[in-house]
Amino acid sequence: MTSRLRSAASVAASVPITLFGLVLVTFLIGRVMPIDPVIAIVGDHAAPDVIAETRAELGLDEPLPMQFVIYVGKLLQGDLGRSVMTSHTVAHDIGQFFPATIELATVAIIIAMLIGVPLGVLAAVRQGSFTDRAIRVFCLAGHSVPIFLLAMLSLLIFYAKLGWAPGTGRIDVAFDGLIDPVTGFLTVDALIAGDWDAFRDAVAHLVQPAGVLAYFSMAYIARMTRAFMLDALAGEYVITARAKGLSSARVIWRHAFGNIAVRLITVLTLTYASLLEGAVVTETVFSWPGLGQYLTVSLLNADMNAVLGATLVVGMIYLALNLMADMLYRLLDPRVA
Amino acid sequence: MSTPAALRDWLITETPSSRRQAAWGRRYRLWCDFRRNPLAIGGLATVVLLIVLCLAAPLLATHDPGQQTLTNRLAAPSAEHWLGTDELGRDVYSRLLYGGRVTLGMVVAVVLLVAPLGLAVGCIAGYFGGLADRVLMRVTDVFLAFPRLILALAFVAAIKPGITSAIAAIALTAWPPYARLARAETMTVRNTDYIAAVRLTGASPWRIILRHVTPMCTQSLIVRVTLDMSSIILTAASLGFLGMGAQPPSPEWGTMIATARRFILTEWWVPLVPAIAIFVASLAFNLLGDGLRDVLDPKQR
Repeated sequence: MTSRLRSAASVAASVPITLFGLVLVTFLIGRVMPIDPVIAIVGDHAAPDVIAETRAELGLDEPLPMQFVIYVGKLLQGDLGRSVMTSHTVAHDIGQFFPATIELATVAIIIAMLIGVPLGVLAAVRQGSFTDRAIRVFCLAGHSVPIFLLAMLSLLIFYAKLGWAPGTGRIDVAFDGLIDPVTGFLTVDALIAGDWDAFRDAVAHLVQPAGVLAYFSMAYIARMTRAFMLDALAGEYVITARAKGLSSARVIWRHAFGNIAVRLITVLTLTYASLLEGAVVTETVFSWPGLGQYLTVSLLNADMNAVLGATLVVGMIYLALNLMADMLYRLLDPRVA
Repeated sequence: MSTPAALRDWLITETPSSRRQAAWGRRYRLWCDFRRNPLAIGGLATVVLLIVLCLAAPLLATHDPGQQTLTNRLAAPSAEHWLGTDELGRDVYSRLLYGGRVTLGMVVAVVLLVAPLGLAVGCIAGYFGGLADRVLMRVTDVFLAFPRLILALAFVAAIKPGITSAIAAIALTAWPPYARLARAETMTVRNTDYIAAVRLTGASPWRIILRHVTPMCTQSLIVRVTLDMSSIILTAASLGFLGMGAQPPSPEWGTMIATARRFILTEWWVPLVPAIAIFVASLAFNLLGDGLRDVLDPKQR
């Protein structure tokens, strides 16, 4: 156990360096931009002394390394600057928009897991058969499809043609602002408020974007499950279990699957991180007021504080999830020494 | 060697008489393996077809891709306009052909930038080890720590939206996996006997890396590039879709969708046609890459 703890600790030790790199990259991106942040605030026609004053106020008259120190100092206090567009602090905005993205990504990964894992197991058990090939193509398609194609098709078919799903957004305007934001997750908040109609409406709005996002990650989950299962099914303990006369289902699910569960947790964690990326496009199509949409709207308005703040936060969460996947693998799987 | 049968015998001989014959014989056997996979052949055929269609765009296009006819906006597909017209009355079919040049051109540019860069970083880190390895891999980790699309978006926004910055941004986010791959391959060959033999003859480290290490990495690199093509296509298209890639009136596929997106519930074919083109291209590269991996890199299956 101690050696495993030590290997996990060595992974954790590399995090501060990567984190520093992350901050440095966002800082540098913010400094290469052609739009002068001072002009963006005071406007084109401001007097020269106003421009100089604002520049000093923002610390932009300092040399670059000094600016970086100031930037890091502010970051450590949770200060990501102010958004020109919303005129709130970026940290406040992110707190507002992020729960919507987490809600979307969490539902998506649950759907993806419930479909992807059984598909992967099935493909592995029937290796080489028609079923295996069909699943392989289905997954490759999920890997290849642009998320906006799925999103647009889904809107066209289920909303416009069939009328089964509600349109874009998180909830019907009728409920807008009526639900007390306790957790920021609309479905949970509606339940807390005991408003069943609002809950049903929020869930209905969630199904389409979450389903689209789920297909994208399901492909990867199914593919990895299949590979792990093939590996496990070839093990001698599986042959022994079969020779003892255990039922096929018991061998597959208890013996083989039990052995790959830890590695699957790693895959799920990594997939969850990649969902943050897919969410940017999905949120744009479905007008889902999450971090992805905040990012794209800020981009179009050249609101750099907001863009960099959101990029940095997403990068940190990505890093944390990757670290978590690595740690879980090292701590839980006894085969990793 | 004049008939196909004689050529085949020359290729599959057990006792090749020259280096060239052995190399071509190996390639032929790989092709025979590859040929047995119908999905991979389908992918290859589609990729070739797409490239031909884009190269022959001026011959195949029925209209000028930039020509606007505002009286004939958002027309349904017809004999005159095979895939209908867009919001400015431009012929979607012709724009699709020319747009393929932009989209696939961007992808090729990214790969040409990224593969040599990743290969160089990975080989140097893997061969020299020590401090060089630690510094280079730490840099790689930093870039891997960002989701690809989001870093590309921030980067493009900081410079200026357009094709060149989109290519630079995607390249910036795409190289780390190549470096990792090349490093791993280099570490496996670094301590082999043949490298030791080359070193004993007095070859410089750079010569060893260039002539003896990089060739060992190319096979897995080719597989990786083919599989990566689809994700580069998707990133490029997503940038265009979010208005941060090629700018209108460029017929880049993602940009075409961005400008026509608001018609999805009414004239749905206008945004869907380029989206399907992106899907086809991306799927074709994935099928091809999958087949190549089975042949070139069986342990990865």
